[in-house]
Amino acid sequence: MEPLREIARETWHFYRKTLILVVKGSTLYYLWCLLLLLTVLTGFLAYLKQHDVGLIATNMTDQVSWGLYIANFTYLVGAAAAAVLLVIPAYVYHFKPIKEIVVLGELFAASSITMAVLFVMVDLGRLDRFWHMLPVVGLMNFPQSLLAWDVIALNGYLILNLFIPIYLLVKFYYRKEPNWKFILPFILLSIPWAVGIHTVTAFLYNGLPARPFWNASILAPRFLASAFCSGPAIIIIIFQIIRRVSKIKLEDEALFKIAELIAYAMFLNLFLLASELYKEYYSNTAHIASFKYLFEGLHHHTQLVPWIWAAMAMNVTAFFLFLIPHTRKRIGTLNIGCLLIIVGVWIEKGPGFVIPGFVPDPLGEIYEYIPNLLELMVSLGIWATGLLMFTLLMKVAIPIETGEFNHSTYERNTGGGQYESFASPKTKGKEAFGWAKR
Amino acid sequence: MENRRRYNRREFLSNLSLTMLAGLSIPILSSCSKEEAEDFLQKHFREMTEEEKKQVISKLERRYREKYGKPFQISTKEALPDTLWGYGLELSRCIGCRRCVYACVKENNPSRHDPQLQWIRVLRLKRGNLINLEDSEHYYDPDLVPEKGFVYLPVQCQQCQNPPCVKVCPVHATWQEPDGIVVVDYNWCIGCRYCIAACPYKGRVFNWADPNIPPEEVNPVVHYLGNRPRMKSSVEKCTFCIQRVREGRYPACVEACPTGTRKFGNLLDPRSEIRYIIEHKRVFRLKEDLNTESKFYYFFES
Repeated sequence: MEPLREIARETWHFYRKTLILVVKGSTLYYLWCLLLLLTVLTGFLAYLKQHDVGLIATNMTDQVSWGLYIANFTYLVGAAAAAVLLVIPAYVYHFKPIKEIVVLGELFAASSITMAVLFVMVDLGRLDRFWHMLPVVGLMNFPQSLLAWDVIALNGYLILNLFIPIYLLVKFYYRKEPNWKFILPFILLSIPWAVGIHTVTAFLYNGLPARPFWNASILAPRFLASAFCSGPAIIIIIFQIIRRVSKIKLEDEALFKIAELIAYAMFLNLFLLASELYKEYYSNTAHIASFKYLFEGLHHHTQLVPWIWAAMAMNVTAFFLFLIPHTRKRIGTLNIGCLLIIVGVWIEKGPGFVIPGFVPDPLGEIYEYIPNLLELMVSLGIWATGLLMFTLLMKVAIPIETGEFNHSTYERNTGGGQYESFASPKTKGKEAFGWAKR
Repeated sequence: MENRRRYNRREFLSNLSLTMLAGLSIPILSSCSKEEAEDFLQKHFREMTEEEKKQVISKLERRYREKYGKPFQISTKEALPDTLWGYGLELSRCIGCRRCVYACVKENNPSRHDPQLQWIRVLRLKRGNLINLEDSEHYYDPDLVPEKGFVYLPVQCQQCQNPPCVKVCPVHATWQEPDGIVVVDYNWCIGCRYCIAACPYKGRVFNWADPNIPPEEVNPVVHYLGNRPRMKSSVEKCTFCIQRVREGRYPACVEACPTGTRKFGNLLDPRSEIRYIIEHKRVFRLKEDLNTESKFYYFFES
C-alpha cells in the first residue's frame, strides 16, 4: 500500500506543479496564449463549417484538388525533419552549445509533425472514415500507396520525438543520468527517420507521372535541402525567445553554428533549383508549362509569379547574409536572414510547389487557385494549435532543464545527501544538461 | 491526518478521471444512433458477406426512396466471365455535340450543380495538333458544331489496365474488377483526392458537397459500384456504365452518339467490334508513354 501511495502522491505533485507552471506566467504570456486560443477557436469554427458543407467551402476544385492545406503540410514536414540537423551535431559530435538545446529542438519537431498531421486531417473529406487507413482495423494500401507510407513515417517520427525528449526530461526530473545504452539507439534512429519522413513526402508527389512538375528525380533532394533551411531558421528565432523569457542559457555560439549550417543547406537548395530550371528551360519540352506558370505566367495567368520571385529574392539574400561571417554573427542580420528564409521557403515549398503541379491540369486546363478566407482561418488555427502546444511544452520542459522543477525529494530539501552534487543551485541546470559523466 | 489527506487526493483523482470519461462518452453515445454507428462501421464492399451486402442494399434502397421518392433497384451483379471491356472512339467522326455528356449525366446520377460533375469532357483542339492539350478549349460554346478549323477529342476514364489511381489509393477504396472496370466503393473512400492527382486523364471528379440531383431526374436503376447516388466527399468516375454493360447493354454514351463515333465491346472476344477496330483501323491511346495500358482506343478510318 505504501509504495502505491507514494506513487500517487508523486504523480499528484507532478501534475499540480505542471498545472501551476502552465497557468502562471507574465502578462505577455497570458496575452500570447489568449491570442493563440482565439485563433485556434476561429480556426475550429471555420473547420466545423467546412465539415458541415463539405470541401466546397474551400476554393479547391477538380482542377486544383489540393491547396493551402497540403502546401502547409509539405512545409511543416520539412520543418520537423530539420530537428535532425540539431541532433546530428549534438549527439554524434558532442558539440556542446547545441547539445543544450536539442531536447527543445525535438519537442519543436513533435509540434511541427502534429501540425502537419492536422493539415492532412482537415484536408480529408471524410475524417469519420480515417480508421480505414489504419493497419489491421482498416485496409491500409501498404506498401503500394505512398500516403500509407507517410502515415507510418509521420506517426513513427512523432512518437520518437516525443519519447526521446520525455525520457530525457524525466531523467532530469529525477536528477538521474540517462541510460545511454537504452536511449542512444532511439536517438540514432531518429536521424535516418527524419530524412525518411521528408523523402517519403517528396516521393508522394514524385511518383505521379500525370504531373510532370513533380515527376522529377531531383525532388527529394530539393525537399531535404529546403527543409534544412526553414526548420533551423524557425528554431533560431524560437530559441532567442526562450532565452529571453526563461532562465535557460543559450549561447550565441549555438545560434551562429546553426546559421552556418543553414548557409550550406541554402547553397544546395539554390543549386538544385538551378539544375532543375536549366534542364526545363534548355530542353524546353511540353513539360515546362508548370514552370512557366510559376516563374513567368502561362497564357496571361500570372498569379504565382510575384510570389515566387519574392521567394527567390528572400532566399538569395538570406544565403548571403548567412554566408558572410560578419552578418551571420550579428543578431540583427541573423534574425532578418531567418525571417527571409522562413517566408521564402514557405512560398517555394508550400504554395509554390503544390499549386503548379495542378496547373495546367493533365488535359491542359488552367484554373487559378487562391485560398479563400475559410482556408486561411483553418490554416492559422492549426498553426496556432502547434504554437500553443509548443509553448505549453516549453513552459514545463524548461524548468525541468534548469532544475527549478523536479522530484519532490529535492524540493523538500531534507536529506537525500547523495544528490547534493547535482543540487548546487548555480550549476545544477548545466550539470544536468552537460551530461558531463558520459 | 497525513494518511487521510493522501486518501482524499487519490479518491479525487480517480473520481476526476471517471467523471471525465463519462462526460466524454455521453455526448458521443447520445449523438450517435444505431444506424449511424452501423454506417460508421460499414465494411469494405469486397470484405462483405452476401448477407451483409443484402442488408446494406436494403438500407440504401430505403434511404434513396425517402430522399428521391422512387423505388430503387440496386444491383451488385459481378463481372461476366471471360470479359475485358474495351472502348473505341473514332476521332474523324466526332462533331463535338456533347450528346454523350448529356446522356452520361442522365444515366449516372452525378451532382447537377454545386458542384456540377461530369464524367466525359469534350476538348476542342485547333486543327494541326492532337497530343499537346495545353491549347485545348474545354468550355467551347458555339451555336452550331462542328466548327471550321477545329477537331474534338472526348476524354473520360480510360479504364487503364495499369491504373495509377488504384496504386495510390491509401485505403483500397478503388480497384479494378475482373472485367477491367475501375470502380470506387463510395462508402469506403476517405476523400483524400490522391487518385485525382495521380490520374493523367482527369478521369475522376470529387463530390465537393452533397450531390444535388432533382428527384425527377434521378435514374433509379443503379449498380452499387456504379451510378448509385453518391455522398459528400467521395470521388467518382466513369465505369463504362457498369449497371448496363453487365446486363448486356451498351454504355449510355455509346447509345447516345448521333454519329456512331463510339464503339464498345469485349476485348477477349475475337469476333467483337472492338477487336475488329484494333485489328483493322489505326488506333492509338492517349498518353501511351505513361504505360497506363488504357483500354480506350482512339482511331481513324483506315
